[in-house]
Amino acid sequence: MFPTQDEISAWLPDLLGGLSISLQVTGLSLLIGIPFGLVLALGVLAKNRLLKGVSLFLVEVGRGAPALVLLQFIYFGLPSTGLTLSSFSAAIIALAWNTGAYTSEIIRASLQSVALGQREAAEALGLSRFDELRYVLLPQGLRVALPALLGFSILIFQGTSLCFTIALPELVSRAYEIGSTTFRYFPALLAAGVLYAAISIPAAFLVNHVEKRAGLYAQR
Amino acid sequence: MSAADLLPLLRGLTWTVALTAGAFLIGAVLGVPLLAARQSRLWPLRFLAMTAIQIVRAIPPILWLFIIFFGLGMGVMPISPFNAALMGLGLIAAANMAEIYRGAVASIHFGQWEASAALDLGRWSIFRDIIAPQAFRVALPSAASYLIGLMKETAVASTIGVAELAYQGNQLSQLTFRGLEVFALVGLFYVLLSLPIAWLSRVADGYLRAKVAR
Repeated sequence: MFPTQDEISAWLPDLLGGLSISLQVTGLSLLIGIPFGLVLALGVLAKNRLLKGVSLFLVEVGRGAPALVLLQFIYFGLPSTGLTLSSFSAAIIALAWNTGAYTSEIIRASLQSVALGQREAAEALGLSRFDELRYVLLPQGLRVALPALLGFSILIFQGTSLCFTIALPELVSRAYEIGSTTFRYFPALLAAGVLYAAISIPAAFLVNHVEKRAGLYAQR
Repeated sequence: MSAADLLPLLRGLTWTVALTAGAFLIGAVLGVPLLAARQSRLWPLRFLAMTAIQIVRAIPPILWLFIIFFGLGMGVMPISPFNAALMGLGLIAAANMAEIYRGAVASIHFGQWEASAALDLGRWSIFRDIIAPQAFRVALPSAASYLIGLMKETAVASTIGVAELAYQGNQLSQLTFRGLEVFALVGLFYVLLSLPIAWLSRVADGYLRAKVAR
């Protein structure tokens, strides 16, 4: 049932290589996706009808369709328009889109949670729209959004496992491959599960901690 | 793509609905004892339930499906793709539903517990007659949005060969070489499926709210 000592030492380099790809995809998707989420949030709040419509469309599709379908749409679908992407870049585009769609809702809610008096005060001081956002809304709003954004980051880390379907050699693909060559599926998949848990569980505790800290700050 | 191509997608749709409903039902039922264990006065039981919930949620759904379908299926006893998916997603749903229930129960004012204790109701009776009916109303919107999330999650069942929507889309795109349209259509189907759930949840929420707002 469980991997033996020899198996662990034989598989570990391969699995860790997969984990590193999973983490790279997670990092890049968040790095692109969260700023994209901010742009989408501002787009949805914009007065311009066209901008609002496009942003809403991107948000609703990014949230409404399963991440797996987004991934396959970009990897298997786009080539028919003549745009062929590597599985690594397809993974990042799809997950960044997914991140942007979800985080835009988190960011929008947090921006709207900033007291109306703050906006009025910023306007009274004659701040430009950009300065209002940069110095007044974002510093207060992002503090509210932080726990939710961190929680979502864990979900995206787990979401990288979907890239198995587009043949990206990430953690699940590596474990599956080991399973299919040695026919020791259960131990290999279990080892991958342990690696996921080793990152997700401490990360969940961290999010909990940050959530409490953020709450303390707001109570003062 | 012709109308005949749509048939497999519609067949996939029924599997997606069956898988979603089955997994949600398992989760909604198993979530109750899991919550009871999580709130138990015995700390080993509490610790066990907490650890189980953490572990289930720490591992991605696709890996759970693989562990059950390939791991258990090849090693212990053969299991059909649909049953494996139902088991895996049901397990994940149970952990998540237990957390939703916990949040709902925690939102009930502690005065309700105190009043029930003052009336000398038993622990089970407090839960069943006082807390659960109120908590149910609080849990409903989160449960509905979780149901929508779960419905999208069922797409991972395509990886172990359950002939649901994403699987049929994959087949169709390989058959017709028109991935762009096929996957857009599949995505649209998922969005359309989530609409009635969101609508029903709003109606039910409004109805329940009206009942208490006298």
